[in-house]
Amino acid sequence: MSLWWWILGACGAAYAIKLSGFAVPAWILEHPRVARIAACMTVGLLASLVVVNTVADGQRLALDARLLALAAAVVALMLRAPFIVVVLVGAVAAAVGRLVGLA
Amino acid sequence: MSLLALARSSPAVRAGLSIAVATGAYGISFGALAVTAGLTVWQTCALSLLMFTGGSQFAFVGVIAAGGSPASAFGAATLLGIRNGVYGMQVSALARPRGWRRPLAALLTIDESTATMLAQHDPAERRRGFWTAGLGVYLGWNAMTAVGALAGNAFGDPKALGLDGAAVAAFVALLWPRLTGREPWAIAVVCALVTTIAVPLVPSGVPILIAAVVAGLFGLLGPAPAAGATRSVDEAAR
Repeated sequence: MSLWWWILGACGAAYAIKLSGFAVPAWILEHPRVARIAACMTVGLLASLVVVNTVADGQRLALDARLLALAAAVVALMLRAPFIVVVLVGAVAAAVGRLVGLA
Repeated sequence: MSLLALARSSPAVRAGLSIAVATGAYGISFGALAVTAGLTVWQTCALSLLMFTGGSQFAFVGVIAAGGSPASAFGAATLLGIRNGVYGMQVSALARPRGWRRPLAALLTIDESTATMLAQHDPAERRRGFWTAGLGVYLGWNAMTAVGALAGNAFGDPKALGLDGAAVAAFVALLWPRLTGREPWAIAVVCALVTTIAVPLVPSGVPILIAAVVAGLFGLLGPAPAAGATRSVDEAAR
């Protein structure tokens, strides 16, 4: 039962964070320094998400079929494939990697 | 206008729909991982319906699966959700939802809906992009979460289907359009390195925040925010 409370609490916190952004007056966001920090953070967050999803296995670093997915996705992006195609290419690359014995 | 006609005429709607399909697909992965970690089907669905931010949901379940306490799962999920506050500011300023749409827009504020909105220039297209991606991902993600939670391992290991590879590809595809100059590349490379170094050292969820702080420092200490200087990173986000 206590897990339920933590789940609902985490959902509430997630929503409160989202809502808090809406409470910030627009003029603050239009401040060049704030806009710059926001833009830099977006790039940093996404790069970090790529790494975590590619090599993290909990708190361990693991080199496995996901690296193949990353490489294949980058190739697809260089060929200007649309988003959905890039995602499918990533899935197929990881699945094929596992089929041939990569972890 | 029908959805089909809209999709034909609006690039933002097309982008939103394809992101909805792609992201929805790995909702199966979340559903299956959550029940494998020991959550009930209802708890799994509650996370997708109410938390609705994939990274935090995976972090929450990941900590539980690794034997961590619910309190640390809460901490990791919440820390990882902080970026949504930044997105909320951008959605509020650019999609400008009014009245009852505001609290709904807040719930739908995630990586995908914000990125689809930021990719557009026209205000109407920004709104269409945000709502199509937001509502589309919400429906797909929740439906697929339920499928994954109910079917569990009936699909076999989600990894065998390459769904973890789909997640990697989706995030790199969201990052890619922003890498349009030397500075965003530098930020991406530094943050990737920092994350790699941090993963074995700190609890899961925290490396991403360390990277966010490093990226924030780039913004704070980097070149003066003259109109031209902000363009390199900012332009990439639009």
